[in-house]
Amino acid sequence: MNKTEIKPVSLTTHPETNTLWKWKEQATGYLFLAPSILLFVIFLFYPLVKSLYLSFFLTDPQGNIARFVGIENYVKLFASSGFLNSIGVTGLFTLYTVPTSIILALIMAVLTHQKIKGIRLFQFTFSLPLAISVGTASVIWMLLFHPSSGMFNYFLNLIGVGPIFWLSDPNWALFSISLMTVWMNIGFLYIVLLSGLQGIPDHLYESAKLDGAGVWNQFRHVTVPMLSPTIFFAVIVSIIGAFQAFGQIHIMTQGGPVDRTNVMVYDLYREAFIHFQFGTGSARALVLFVIILLLTLVQFKLAEKKVHYQ
Amino acid sequence: MIRRQSKHLLHYAVLSILAILILYPIFYTFSSALMTPEEMDAYPPRWLPGSLYLDNLSTVNELVPVLQFIKNSFIVSTAVMIGQLVTASMAAYAFAFIPFKGRQLLFALFLSTMMIPWEVTVIPNYLTIREWGWLDSYPGLTVPFMATAFGTFLLRQFFLQLPRDLIDAAKIDGCGHWRIFVSLVLPLSRPAIGTLAVYAFLTTWNMYFWPLLITNSDSMRTVQIGISMLQWQEMMSWNLVLAGVAMVLLPSLILLMLGLKQLVRGITAGAVKG
Repeated sequence: MNKTEIKPVSLTTHPETNTLWKWKEQATGYLFLAPSILLFVIFLFYPLVKSLYLSFFLTDPQGNIARFVGIENYVKLFASSGFLNSIGVTGLFTLYTVPTSIILALIMAVLTHQKIKGIRLFQFTFSLPLAISVGTASVIWMLLFHPSSGMFNYFLNLIGVGPIFWLSDPNWALFSISLMTVWMNIGFLYIVLLSGLQGIPDHLYESAKLDGAGVWNQFRHVTVPMLSPTIFFAVIVSIIGAFQAFGQIHIMTQGGPVDRTNVMVYDLYREAFIHFQFGTGSARALVLFVIILLLTLVQFKLAEKKVHYQ
Repeated sequence: MIRRQSKHLLHYAVLSILAILILYPIFYTFSSALMTPEEMDAYPPRWLPGSLYLDNLSTVNELVPVLQFIKNSFIVSTAVMIGQLVTASMAAYAFAFIPFKGRQLLFALFLSTMMIPWEVTVIPNYLTIREWGWLDSYPGLTVPFMATAFGTFLLRQFFLQLPRDLIDAAKIDGCGHWRIFVSLVLPLSRPAIGTLAVYAFLTTWNMYFWPLLITNSDSMRTVQIGISMLQWQEMMSWNLVLAGVAMVLLPSLILLMLGLKQLVRGITAGAVKG
């Protein structure tokens, strides 16, 4: 950009070239968008419509339409105890994981948002789970959860508690999956919340201090309101993420024992890719879509009222 | 003074406990990966390996092509990253600098795609990829993910913050959109592009459901799928499994070390303030 040869800019002033220029601008605009739009149409919009379409049919294992059944797939879905169970399990999983991860991540963020020695090391440590994917995390935790040779039961044994069948006991399985999920999610949430904290201007704290506010009051009256948009973002992302959990279930429990960890996406996977029922599978996908959409909208509505934006 | 010191001490104590909880599974992985089979079987369990026993790494790689998995994931993640950078930066440029009809509508449409969970699209996409004969192939693993609404949004926000005068000056100099895009906007936006690059790479590297569906040969499997199959191989001992896990973890840990700052900046810029 060092060339400074000046060309007369007459394009915008002459009416006859103006239309041509406008046309060119239009075309360039669409040209820049073309790759994205093309991909979105093929892999997002078309599948969305196709899913809706498929959900009104029964299909053969090749994915071909076998019979039109209208809304019967949906009617049956809401009458099936398996599907209702998967909604319940997903709800419980969300309840176990979301508040816990956010509160823990918030504590970590607040404690590491200070200038003390060695803080960077802690900051790095707390963001570590970010680098660990669901595949590797599940394998590690599966070994830790192992009933006879796993380390968790070894530690429990040391304090005289004993052995828990983490993944095979119907009363523990979902809790164990949640425990691992909280660990896995904390890295991302920690970074989000720490960034949020770092965005709060120092002078707010200084004036709070001048007003005689202690640590707790600073937290309540400066940190919480200023951080609320960030927390709100973290909550939305976490809930949506919880509704989309799949990998850890697929690796560690396959939905069992007795469907106690059969979350919605795993149920969908089973229906579509193990039983090859693409029609009823699509119906499940659309119900999930509507739930996630509603959650997002509800949260946005609530947030408009409560969240403090600068 | 004493009160202040004890407060400090408490602070460090809490931090350390939290750090141990976070670190333990990772420590366990790397420590076990370096243990000999005898050390692994010892009771009570050992905390640290007696020596740096590296045989596990080569043994596991003989049994399962872990290096091939890593290579596949690397190719797939890099391809998706480059694809997303190209499509997102072009789209973001259009939304930020080119006035065209329907811009607001299209931008809203882009944003709304972020609300579509990929589960809704997975069945038709699977059918599409199968019909195209892309099962078990690099294109099947990468092409569906090469456009990103989130990335477009992130870059657009950044582009809008660039000094407007610079771009106007370039226009007066007679530069077309392509030139402004390639030689002005892109170089100035290196931080945001870096963020998107790290983000895209990590998300693709961590993908699970899609590669599980469409790969079925060892030569195409990505790391996540390959590694999760380790523990289903019964004769494989734990330190071998964990050696495989450690090999897979190492690149992402290094990437996190290098890219953490970028990522933090991006999450702040794109997600929080957005």
